[in-house]
Formats: sequence, C-alpha cells, structure tokens
Amino acid sequence: MTKVSMTVNGKAVSGEVEGRTLLATFLREDLHLTGTHIGCDTSQCGACVVHVDGQAVKACTMFAAEAEGAEVTTIEGIAAADGTMSPVQKAFQEHHGLQCGFCTPGMVMSAHALLAENPDPSEAEIREYLQGNICRCTGYHNIVKAIAAAAAEMRPVAAE
Amino acid sequence: MYDFQFARPTSLDEAVKALSAEDAQALGGGQTLIPTLKQRLAAPEVLVSLTGIRELRFVRRDGDTLRVGGTATHGMVAREAAAEFPGLAGMAVRIGDPAVRNRGTIGGSLANNDPSACYPAAVLAANATVVTNSREIAADEFFDGMFTTALDEGEIITEVRFPIPERANYQKFEQPASHFALVGVMVAKHADGVRVGVTGASEDGVFRWTEAEDALSGNYAPEAVDGLTVSADGMIGDLHGTPEYRAHLVKVLTKRAVAAS
Amino acid sequence: MPKDFGIGASSKRREDVRFLTGKGRYTDDINLQGQLHGYFVRSEVAHGMLKRVATEAAAAMPGVHRVFTAADLESAGGLPCGWQITDRFGNPMHEPKHPVLAEGKVRHVGEPIAFVVADTVEQARDAAEAVEVEIEDLPPVLDMKAAVSGDGPLVHDEVPANLCFDWGFVEDNRDAVDEAIRNAPHVTTLELVNNRLVANPMEPRVAIADFDASTGDHTLYLTSQNPHLIRLLMGAFVLGIPEHKLRVVAPDVGGAFGSKIFLYNEEVACMFASIQLRRPVKWASTRSEAFVSDKHGRDHVTKIELALDDDGTFLALRTDTLANLGAYLSTIGSVTPTYLHGTLMAGNYKTPLIYVNVRTVFTNTVPVDAYRGAGRPEATYQLERVIDKAARELGIDPIELRRRNFVQPEDFPYATPVAVEYDTGDYGAVLDKLIEIADLAGFEARRKQSEANGLLRGLGVNTYIEACGIAPSNLVGQLGARAGFYDSATVRVNATGGLVVMAGTKAHGQGHETTFAQVVAEMIGIDETMIEVVQGDTAHTPMGMGSSGSRSIAVGGSAVVRATEKIINKAKKIAAHLMEAAEADVDLADGTFTVAGTDKTVAWGDVCLAAYVPHNYPLEDLEPGLEETAFYDPANFTFPAGAYACEVEIDPETGKVRIDRFAAADDFGNVINPMIVEGQVHGGIAQGIGQALLENCAYDENGQLISASYMDYAMPRASDLPMYVVDHSCQTPCTHNPLGVKGCGEAGAIGSPPAVVNAVLDALNSGGHKVDHIDMPVSPSRVWQAMQG
Ligand SMILES: Cc1cc2nc3c(=O)[nH]c(=O)nc-3n(C[C@H](O)[C@H](O)[C@H](O)COP(=O)(O)OP(=O)(O)OC[C@H]3O[C@@H](n4cnc5c(N)ncnc54)[C@H](O)[C@@H]3O)c2cc1C
Ligand code: FES
Ligand code: FES
Repeated sequence: MTKVSMTVNGKAVSGEVEGRTLLATFLREDLHLTGTHIGCDTSQCGACVVHVDGQAVKACTMFAAEAEGAEVTTIEGIAAADGTMSPVQKAFQEHHGLQCGFCTPGMVMSAHALLAENPDPSEAEIREYLQGNICRCTGYHNIVKAIAAAAAEMRPVAAE
Repeated sequence: MYDFQFARPTSLDEAVKALSAEDAQALGGGQTLIPTLKQRLAAPEVLVSLTGIRELRFVRRDGDTLRVGGTATHGMVAREAAAEFPGLAGMAVRIGDPAVRNRGTIGGSLANNDPSACYPAAVLAANATVVTNSREIAADEFFDGMFTTALDEGEIITEVRFPIPERANYQKFEQPASHFALVGVMVAKHADGVRVGVTGASEDGVFRWTEAEDALSGNYAPEAVDGLTVSADGMIGDLHGTPEYRAHLVKVLTKRAVAAS
Repeated sequence: MPKDFGIGASSKRREDVRFLTGKGRYTDDINLQGQLHGYFVRSEVAHGMLKRVATEAAAAMPGVHRVFTAADLESAGGLPCGWQITDRFGNPMHEPKHPVLAEGKVRHVGEPIAFVVADTVEQARDAAEAVEVEIEDLPPVLDMKAAVSGDGPLVHDEVPANLCFDWGFVEDNRDAVDEAIRNAPHVTTLELVNNRLVANPMEPRVAIADFDASTGDHTLYLTSQNPHLIRLLMGAFVLGIPEHKLRVVAPDVGGAFGSKIFLYNEEVACMFASIQLRRPVKWASTRSEAFVSDKHGRDHVTKIELALDDDGTFLALRTDTLANLGAYLSTIGSVTPTYLHGTLMAGNYKTPLIYVNVRTVFTNTVPVDAYRGAGRPEATYQLERVIDKAARELGIDPIELRRRNFVQPEDFPYATPVAVEYDTGDYGAVLDKLIEIADLAGFEARRKQSEANGLLRGLGVNTYIEACGIAPSNLVGQLGARAGFYDSATVRVNATGGLVVMAGTKAHGQGHETTFAQVVAEMIGIDETMIEVVQGDTAHTPMGMGSSGSRSIAVGGSAVVRATEKIINKAKKIAAHLMEAAEADVDLADGTFTVAGTDKTVAWGDVCLAAYVPHNYPLEDLEPGLEETAFYDPANFTFPAGAYACEVEIDPETGKVRIDRFAAADDFGNVINPMIVEGQVHGGIAQGIGQALLENCAYDENGQLISASYMDYAMPRASDLPMYVVDHSCQTPCTHNPLGVKGCGEAGAIGSPPAVVNAVLDALNSGGHKVDHIDMPVSPSRVWQAMQG
C-alpha cells in the first residue's frame, strides 16, 4: 500500500492504495464519488472520463498513484459551488442529451474539455471529439446539439 | 489485475535501475498496458512509471530533425509538431480519442508495436531513429513482427528522432470497432527518396512498401502506383476485412497519402 | 403554441439533474455493510463434458468464504422460460434444464461453472484461477443449418436435431399459401441473415443479494427492467422464497434494451450464496463478461418469398426461418422469434395469405432473447427487403409498390392473416409526411452532386409496423404465456395535495418519472412538481410486468390513468359533500372543483385535506383517505407505424458507407412528451444503423466469441451517425387505451435497418453494380467485395 494525495474537486484528499488501484476505483470506492462510471474494461467507452490537471483522461486507465499531486475534477465538481449547473450540464438537460444517464458524466467531462480547447466547434468536430465516449441511448443527436448550444452559451459575445 | 509494486522515478537513471529488477515493467501512458493488466494477461512485480521523468517529455526541432521525447503524449505531438512536421502531427491526432491521446505515449506505442498501431508506420516512413537509454536503433532495425521489437528487457525508449521530410501524410482507414488502423499508410518524401510505411495490413506487422517507394521516388504522384499490385499473401484476414481487401486498401491509401501530402 | 405542462408538453426531465451532477444511484454505486464479492469461473470452451470441478485449493485461498458449484445448488431449480410454444404438430416445445451453474456439460463459452465468494473482487478472482476445471471437449454446434440436419452433435441430448420446436403460423394457411405461390405470376425470393447483436447497455449488469437471517428477508438490488417479474421467477420457480420475503429493487438503470428483462444465473447465484453465507454478496459484471453472459439478440437465417401479380399486388407471403436460441431457452427466448415476429409479417400491407415457419435451434452460443424490437425488426427487415427486390424485378418504383398494397384508412380495424387486428393507422399519410421531411424531391440533385464527387448515392425508403403495448393477458395466455401482461399503478394522494405515483413499470432511460407526472398533472390540473413517481421496488409498487416491448405508456400509463380516475371520482364525491352539491354536477379543472351552474368552488388541496382529516366528511358512505390502485390489462396490442428514409454515400474505392441523411416519420398516436419521444426515436435509429452497418456478434468455428469486446464489436459512435430528421405529427390515436397512445421505444430500431441496406443496394446499382443482396452489417469490406462482382 502506498499513500496518495491529490486535490479532487478543489479539496485535498489522501488515501492508502495498492499499486493496482485505478483512479476510477479510488474515486468511486474510497472517496464515494460514484458519478464516475465504469462501462468497459478495454478503455473505450469513456463513462469514466475525468479531468486530471485540466486534461480529459479515462479514470479507468490510470492508476491512483499516478495522480499523486494532481488536480482532479469529476462530474461532482463541475457545477458551481452553489450547485448551479455548468452551461454544459444545463444544455444537456435543455436539449435532452441524456436518457439513462450512464454515459453522461463522461460525456459532460469530455464536452468541457472540448470547449476549453475549441470554443466554437463544428458539428463534425464535436462528433470527432466524442470518439472515446459511447452512448447507447441517445443516438448522439441531442448530445451534439447540447454541446453546440453550450458552446454558444459559453462563448464571450463577439464585439460588434 | 494482479497486484504489483508501483514505482515512479523522476530520473532516467532511477528508472533504468528500477527496471533491472526481476519482473519489472515500464509503464508509459498505460493506454495499452492497463487494459492488458485488467485481463490478467501480464503480471509484473514492479511497474515503473516513466511519466514522472521530466526530461523524457518534450517535442522540439533540432535542425532538420524533430526530436520527440519517449514519454511525449500523442496529444503533445499532435499540437507541438503541427508546424514543424504536419504529417506526423496529422498522424498523432488520429490515434484513439482525446483522452487516450492525453495519456498514451510514443515510447509505449513503439515498444508495444501493435500490428494496427499508427506510430510504427510513421517511424518507418520518416526513417526515424529510436533512441534508448543504451543505444540508437534505426527504424528499419526496430520492428520485428507483431508485438515484437529490437528492444531488450528493461530498455527504455527515451527519444525518437524524425528527419523532417519534404512532404508527408498519413492516411488511416479505421477498423469500425476499435478505430485502430484497419490499414494505415504513411508516405514521406525525403530529399533522397520516398518511403512508405504500412500498418494494420500485414501478419508480419508494419512494413515498407518498397515497390511504391521506387515508383514514387521516380514520380511523386498518385498515378505512379497505378500499375502496382499488392499481394494479399500474408495480409491479415479477420472479421473486419479479408486479406484481399486490406491489400487493396494499401494501394488506395498510398495514393491518397501522396495526393494529400 | 406548444404546451408547457401536462400531456403534449416537452417538459424537461426531472431525472436529469441527478444524472448530470453525478448523483444518480445505479446498482454498482450501492455497497452494503459486510458485503462479500463474487466472481464466476466460466467455461472457456463452447461444448464439453464437465468431468471435474475441484474447489478445495480455491476455497483455501486468502479471503475466500465459499466456492459454489452445481452440486451445492441441487435444491435450486433451473431458470424457467416464461412462454410455452406449441409446435405446428401440436406438441409442446422442448425445455431442457437451464442450470444456474453448469451441470454435467458446458454449453457455451462464458457459461458459469463455479461461483467464488471472497472479501474482495480481486481475491475472488485470484481464487477463481485456482478452481480446477476438467472438460472433455465435444464438437460445438454452431451453424444452424448443420445443427438441424440431424446427424451432428447435440447441445442437449434429449433434444433431437437441436430443434426446440418447429412453429407454423398460421398453420391452417400453409397449403393455401403454398398454392398461391405456385400459381403466382411473379415470386421474389430472398435469403438473408439477421445478424446476431449484443444489447450493450452502457451499464453492465450488477446484482447485490442480501439475506437477513434475523427477519428471513431477502433483498436483491438488481439492474432490472422488471423487478416484479424477477421476484416471481426467482422466488417461486428457482429458489423457493415466498414472494413476501423477497424484495427486488432496481435503482437507476443505465440502459437495458431488453437485456435486463431476463432472470440470469448470476443474480440467483448471489442470492443463494447470501443465504448460505448470511452476508450480502455482490457481483458486478465487467464488459468482457457481459459479452459472454448477457443474452444476445436477433440471429435469424430466413428465406422469404413474396408472390405478386403483374401490377405489383401482393398475393401471398411465405417465410422459412431458423432462429438461434443459443444454448438454453432464455426467459422469453421462445416468444421473441415466434409471436413477436410472425404476427408482424403482414407489415403495412394487405397481403391476403401469409405463412410463417420458424424453427428454433439450440447451439453452443450464448442464449438469445429479446433485444430492442425483439422479433419485430426481424419481421420488418425481411419484408421490406424483399419488397425492394420485387420492385427492382418488376420495374416498379419501390415507394409506389408499397403504396399500392397499403392497408387503407377505411380498412381499419383490419384483421391480418397473421392473427392480429390493427385498430387504426394511415400509412399513406405517414409516407407523404416522410417524403416531405426527407426532401425526396431533392434526391436526384443530391445524387448528381455525389456522383460529381466520385461517390455513389443511394436511397432506401420503407415502412414498418410493430405490435406494442404488450399484451392482452387472455390472448397471450392462449398462446402459451406463463404470465399476465397487465400493468399497474397506485396513486397515493397526501393530505396536503401532493401525490405519489407508484408504477409497476420501470424506466431505464425513458424518463417515466417525467412522463407519468405529466399525465397525472394534466388529469388533475395541478403542477407537475406536486407529483412524485416511484418505480423499481417491489416493496413500494404494485405488481407489474415492467418496461419492455414499448409497453410502459400504453399499458403502465393506462394504469396510471385508471388509478388517477379512481382518485378523481372519489375526490369528486368528497368535493360534492363539501360544496353540498350533487356528485354528478361536480367538475374538476385546473385543480379546482366546481359545481355546474353555480359559483361554488373547492380547491384540490382542500379535498385532499378533507380526505385525511375527515371532520366534515361523508364517513357513512366513503372511507377516508385518498389512495387508489389500478391494474390495466390492454384490450389489444397497439400498432405504431411509420416510414423511414435513409440516404447513403458510398466511397467506391474503399466501400465505406456514410449515412448522409436519415428521416423518420412515425405515427405513435398521441404523444405525451414530444422531446422524450424524439429522443427514443433517435436512439432506436442509432441502434438500427448500428445493426445495419457496424454491429456483428460473431463466433469462430470453435465457438469462441470473436467480437468479445469493443475492440471487435463495433458500437456506433458519434462520428458514425448523422443528425436525424424525425416527425410524429401524423397521429391516429390508439382506439382502445385511455391515452390514445401506442408506444415509441422500439420503432427506430425496427424501421431503420432495411432503409439503410436498401439505400446501400440502391447506391451500388446506381453505380452499375448489379447487387441484389448484401448481409448486415454492411461493412466496407463486404461492400467492396460486392462491387468486385
Ligand atoms: C481506446 C483506445 C484507442 C486507441 N487507438 C489507437 C489508434 O488508433 N492507433 C494507435 O496507434 N494506438 C491506439 N491506441 C493505443 C495507444 O496509442 C497507446 O497509447 C499505445 O499503444 C501505448 O502507449 P502507452 O504510452 O499508453 O504505453 P503503455 O500502455 O504504458 O505501455 C505499452 C507497452 O510499452 C512499454 N513501454 C511503455 N513506455 C515505454 C518506453 N518509453 N520504453 C520502452 N517501453 C515502454 C510497456 O512496458 C508496455 O509493454 C489506442 C488505445 C486505446 C485505449
Ligand atoms: S470505463 Fe470504459 S473507458 Fe473507462
Ligand atoms: S444516456 Fe444511456 S448511455 Fe448515454
């Protein structure tokens, strides 16, 4: 067992982990942050996407020990401190970008990462960016719409 | 997963030492190794993470060479090579998905030498040199058939040196499920000739299509390969494509790469 | 003006906030005090004699509590099949035992052999490796045609020729159909495969069983679409637990598509182990396990023959299908390829004579059962494919050919030759709507543009019909169903006017918490926020059959209506008393009771309060309280129908098919929440496109699953799919349920595969490739092969 310390959703946390403990397991089982989901064991579905030092990563494909000292953000930490949902979260509700909700945390985290990199993505760019996020329910139509709407909402209004 | 000791050295020397232990294995971005460990197909005693070694994580130009550190992620290469070697950046940005690109490394990809991986085609076509903690290995000497390389036990890829070609392009035809390369072709036009690296197609792993290289060295145009045929012998046949189909794609993608370069 | 509340409003889903903020509670998020973890030792071979299972070494490993094998489970029954099919000679189907853990033989890769229970999952898995399993390989039964030939190996020794049953439908039509086909001026024949699929809800299955020895209570937390059904099957048929001592709870469920209907080995093993060990036992499937243990779908091989006269009038239809059951009969594995398939063979057309023959076959593969659409996609696919082929052969426009044969609005109610009666519909109107929304007028111009870009463009248009709202109990009882198919709701009004709807159905992504609240809000005229919907817990909901077969709104929603009507009737009595008026004169609108012709009013909340604080109350005539339950058994199926159009572009160099446009016009009858309905259609279309282009569950010649992970099983991704144009404005309300609704959950998956494949064939033919048939999934490799001639 080794000790790991990191910041999760703005709070310093630490715990004892085995070498093989995945970041996803640490989040779900040690920190009880069960919004990060596990949908596969071949690193393809993206239900587990979180941000580590600002970058989208698959929490099922990273060891907890590798996140030593990192800033981790999960779906539980993406809304404002007062609980106001982020523009992406709001747009997912507004545009019905979720059904069963299982892929949703990963989708929302990927969408935030996309919009941080590219504030004005085209439909094709949104679809391409979601390469590693599988949704079985929505057929993606409303996810794409929601992300485009969130992008429009988040973009600073261009000066006329 | 079987359990193991986790080591996170911060220098190359420490890493080399850690890897000299019995049943020690390097961990790059983990994008291949972690799923493998989950299936219990590997059982290292010690896993030596290389990502804490700052000196191995870089992308920089040095004269006519692009130098990529052994733990540079695909995402870094996609961004940081875009101006200097767009053909390579264009290849890196097609690997996996954004989250995979944020973790997966060039060293891991090359050491793994998956027959459908993208990097090996680029390394062969660019005639890159693979630098390890103990030696330099020419691209043509590095790959040794599916999942096999010239690397010795415990040897660490520290850097890959790409001579920057005049023109280059990577064409990837995705396998519909994994989105790895069903066939991927990298064409690079160097001052002294053209090199064509092909991945995904052959049962022997990545290879150079030398007939096309000769034809393209004479006339760098898509039509130059029109008269050539790729034999289906030794090509991979699976759920996603027959050997004939793969052989056909090699030619189609080569032409497209030339046109797009 | 779109409505902003109640029926017809696109109310935002109340489920969403918890899912969007990571607060959803799925089964795997639950961990109980003292919980142990289970791991299954599974067969690595497709077929073999189980010679020895030695568990001593494993049992001695660190953290291990017990290792269970079939020998331990002697007291447990096999997993039952819920539908007894009678074959065409009048004999009952073969029902070989489906053991919880393999007995004597292993019959598919992934079949559970032993169950290891330990303190942690990794310990259980370590110990599982120490279980010694000795299997003497037998040749596997894989190909269905070979399996039924009679001289190959047998999956079950007691089932000759691996044939579970040979079903004819309607058997009395057989000779007449044969004769009509013999004498027809034109017969179009097509042989095709409906590819095997894996449902792949993103949430893998999970079970946590908790036996409390102090009370004798058994609780099962389960990823389930129908907790009451699981309770009945597990309690009464397998483990002998009285139903009042077994509670099944399905928390938030992360998608199912049919795969979470069935009673599975794993949850039974967990409950059995919990009883033995007196500790909670949890099992969580990995995706890799899911591929070899979740029930698969489809897998039919069909020959279909359509007889037409010279102007394209359909004269008769005959089909001959081999349907794969896998190694064992699953919960509804017998009805999916039969009644859910054969009854739909008339499609939207007036074919006077139809005969459907289905032989169901045991093979050494994962059991096959319902997957989104369940039998109906198989019916639609073959029919709509053969019609396109006939159109090509006769030189008739495929849209026109369909139109000529439609059941017309004046024909309803229309009794088909395959035993169902369509209550209502207007197939021409739906097709016209499709032609408009898909801009078929612009197709030729788009084709020219594609050709100019070096690409082949094709169009596929088809219709579909489905039978939803499953099912009238007396009818299905006659057909062999071993359960009723009503559904239920309890409406509990609180003293302060808010209310709770407790539903027998169980949403797993469809948003019933929102939709059911809309229905009740509309009926009473109160705010949706005053209504809570509870589902998925046998302790808190009345017995219901759960959510499957697009039945939740048509059957469950009808039960909600009936229960709410009872509430309103009683509330009116109370209101009449309070207003000193005759009950018959009392009206309820916008949450206020009024008396016709007077200005007397009493608010909803005051009536509720009076019901629970009955100081001024007609106690001699009326019980206090306001809580009602209704069970609704549908009078008929519902028959959603629609028309779908797909346009593809093919890269002739690589064979890659890209879906450029996809349009769907559906008639779902009345629609409660258009936003949710559209979402259901989108998801269904994506799965249909997935089946048509990408998904292929394939075994090798040894019975090993080749497509056993997302590395080889191609799940549709965002980049594989287009935006969809959908419309549900053609509405012929269902005539026999109170909401006039038909159901929308499966339509997309039923209507879309033929549209895609017909479009691909159209594109290939437009490019001069004379191709009549290509099997799904239409992969680039297959398209390229087809172009090679
Ligand atoms: C969903 C998904 C999609 C993918 N798609 C693609 C794709 O389209 N194309 C493609 O090419 N790849 C793809 N990959 C693979 C990906 O590129 C991996 O990142 C890569 O194959 C391995 O790199 P890694 O750094 O993650 O190595 P690891 O997984 O950490 O290690 C892989 C192997 O390399 C060894 N190793 C690691 N680093 C070094 C080093 N510096 N020196 C010596 N040995 C080392 C390890 O010991 C191990 O044996 C995909 C992966 C995933 C999960
Ligand atoms: S759980 Fe599927 S990618 Fe992480
Ligand atoms: S909403 Fe169910 S998987 Fe995406």
